[in-house]
Amino acid sequence: MTMTDQSYVRTQMLGEKAPPVSNVGIIGWMKNNLFSSPLNIILSLLAIAAVYFVLAALLPWVFGGVWNASSLKECRAILLEIHGEPTHRACWGVIHERFWQLMYGFYPSDLYWRPNLALVWLFAAIAPVLFNGLPKKMLLVSVAFPFVAPWLIWGGSFWVPVMAFMGFVVGFLVHRFASKMISPLMGIIVGVLATLLWWLLLSSPMANLFAGIVPLAIEEVGSRQIGGFMLAILLGITGIALSFPIGIVLALGRLSDLVIVKALCVGFIEFIRGVPLITLLFVASVLLNYFLPKGTQFDIILRVMIMITFFAAAYMAEVIRGGLAALPKGQYEAADALGLDYWKAQRLIILPQALKISIPGIVSNFIGLFKDTTLVSIIALSDPIGWVKLIQGNAEWNGVIWELYGFVAFVFFLFCFSMSRYSMYLERKLQTGH
Amino acid sequence: MSIMTTLTDPPKASFRLSMLLYDTRYRSTTIQVIVLIAFMLGAAWLLNNVRVNLALAGKDFNYGFLQQVSNFDINQRLIEYSSTSTYGRATIIGLMNTLLIAVMGCLTATFIGVTVGILRLSSNWVVSRLATVYVEMFRNVPVLLWILLIMGALSESLPQPKDFRGDEPSATMSVFDSVAVTNRGIYVPEPLFSTGLGDIPVFWNSFEISLDLMAILAVLFAGLMIGKLIKTRAIQTQAATGELPKTGLIRLAIVVIPMLIVLWMLGFYLGYPELKGFNFQGGTRLGNPLLALWIALSLYTAAFIAEIVRAGIMAISKGQSEAAGALGLRPGRTMNLVILPQAMRVIIPPLISQYLNLTKNSSLAVAVGYADITSTLGNTTLNQTGRELECILLLMGCYLAISLVVSTVMNAYNERTKLRER
Repeated sequence: MTMTDQSYVRTQMLGEKAPPVSNVGIIGWMKNNLFSSPLNIILSLLAIAAVYFVLAALLPWVFGGVWNASSLKECRAILLEIHGEPTHRACWGVIHERFWQLMYGFYPSDLYWRPNLALVWLFAAIAPVLFNGLPKKMLLVSVAFPFVAPWLIWGGSFWVPVMAFMGFVVGFLVHRFASKMISPLMGIIVGVLATLLWWLLLSSPMANLFAGIVPLAIEEVGSRQIGGFMLAILLGITGIALSFPIGIVLALGRLSDLVIVKALCVGFIEFIRGVPLITLLFVASVLLNYFLPKGTQFDIILRVMIMITFFAAAYMAEVIRGGLAALPKGQYEAADALGLDYWKAQRLIILPQALKISIPGIVSNFIGLFKDTTLVSIIALSDPIGWVKLIQGNAEWNGVIWELYGFVAFVFFLFCFSMSRYSMYLERKLQTGH
Repeated sequence: MSIMTTLTDPPKASFRLSMLLYDTRYRSTTIQVIVLIAFMLGAAWLLNNVRVNLALAGKDFNYGFLQQVSNFDINQRLIEYSSTSTYGRATIIGLMNTLLIAVMGCLTATFIGVTVGILRLSSNWVVSRLATVYVEMFRNVPVLLWILLIMGALSESLPQPKDFRGDEPSATMSVFDSVAVTNRGIYVPEPLFSTGLGDIPVFWNSFEISLDLMAILAVLFAGLMIGKLIKTRAIQTQAATGELPKTGLIRLAIVVIPMLIVLWMLGFYLGYPELKGFNFQGGTRLGNPLLALWIALSLYTAAFIAEIVRAGIMAISKGQSEAAGALGLRPGRTMNLVILPQAMRVIIPPLISQYLNLTKNSSLAVAVGYADITSTLGNTTLNQTGRELECILLLMGCYLAISLVVSTVMNAYNERTKLRER
């Protein structure tokens, strides 16, 4: 008896059968994803109906709108002419006519290249952070940015940013000298003092002196002329950029063993986080002058920037604290074991890792701050919402609501959505664990 | 032996001034003293500036203005107020309005947020995509824009009171002619008592507490307490005999029947809104600012809560839902009994900060003219009295107090639901 002559045993495998039609392709997908149970069928139908009704109302309104009209009346007349009866269609004419104001406010239109250049410079400045393997010389662009950007936006003498930069140079030189002569700690203190003294006492006379010799200047633009999305972006970026170093100091202070330093940091952070931004903006608009020496007058945008920076710093500190807390304790211990002192350990081991962990949090902080800049319209600055109100107050466009708010919302959405997607991409890219 | 002692014991050096800076034993104290002195100098400088500037402006710092007559009207209020009331009372009205919008907003935002968060995880493609669109749409547009947009929508698209007039009105009241939806707000029936107990004044006649409300609350509370007692007894019975007595109906009856009796004794009836002259009279009016703020804050915060809920649910390992499935629980019960109770521990801490955000965002009421505390104290009172310092400090103090109370309460709750680790 051998096994081979059992003719009913199949010796070859059959090919795979195709799955039933109801389980593959678009039908199978629909069956699995939309109509898998009675509840799902009802939900799907309801959702599809909702989408249909919204789109059926929205799409003709958006795409059937009138782009060339100089007032609401004219726009309505054009629509009546086309359709023969009163219809609900958008009057995009208002966006067409006021687009540049919504973007730049009253900024002189022949100078638009200046804020644009500042924005491009910003991307070049943050490029070393975002991409690896760029030449080291790119860092010079980053270092120059904080001095060049305000000069481009507000204009004025070229020597002002140069002298402001010289403050750092002087401080650094003094620090180097004092570190060698006295001690590293004293070096830092003396260096900071030298920088502050330079800015307070010498910076502006020097700038005037040089401007007298070589008058290099571009047209000045007042703060009141800055508005629209330019103002929102300006406030958002300054707030985040300035709050970054302050936030790091606050976060380190909050985690430090020094009781008084810790108490001050906790007090500041919790105070700022406990009150709404609008109260801080009220402080900027009516109260800040009380806290400064008499006769100090400075620009409303600068005051708002200070308060927004405080606000952002408190939130930034919490994000960075989260990053510091997420680091394994072994990293701190390893730094101690290497014999590094506190600042060296922070600078070389702790902060690079903690900041990397907190990048997504920082980006979402920035998105939040960018959205919150709309609050300045309440204290009568002309950000996009302030401009919407200005345009609505205009006789030609009185009564336009949906088009303006819709447009502003759309632009905000584009900015914030792309940033949040980018932060998700960064999160994946920076994922070095397994 | 003597060599050992010399090696281990450091030489007793006398104290030198430079040790304050270089010796780690003293350095932290030195730094702290320097920081403290710098802080106090800075604070003194700021306070001195304030003193000088106030003196220059001919002002002093006192809260006496809170006793003065306010001369402005507030139409959305929870307690009696008129333009002859004081600024202090206007502040309290504002505070109550802030709390009202915060409580209403938190409730609806939680409801919408949890629903959307669960829907986002649905296996139904259309539903989960729709939930995603909702979340992204609201998260990425400033809340102030939503408030203004909804405010505009309410006052533009809803019918005017005059549209309700005439034989063939273009607008009609909804829900059995009891609710009027107009562009000046929504009018809903108000509860009234024909044989009510009246009010008693408290706090030196500054507030009135409705005895009717007190009676209803007392009966409700007593009913709930007795219901809880019955439930505890039922669980004890189950532990002893293994059978759970059915108590649902009894517990319902214990709350509902006494309530009906009290309402009947107080002569409860509903006051319907009626069109008189140019506007609706009677009923409770929910003004457009309140509605716009409520809807916008709820929808905006709900988008964030949805993300928190989703993250919380996803943090629960798949083994849990598989185990529940193996026990034969249906998906709905799996969610309610297994997933959500565990996800709550992940959800609650960020949820607390969303509630605080909502409360702080309610300060945007000032943009639509809802009389919250920012609007009454930080805007109208400040502009009328010119007391910037006092008003803004009091305003910040109120918000700090609210934040502190909310986070204390919610942290206590968090502590209770937290996983106990041994």
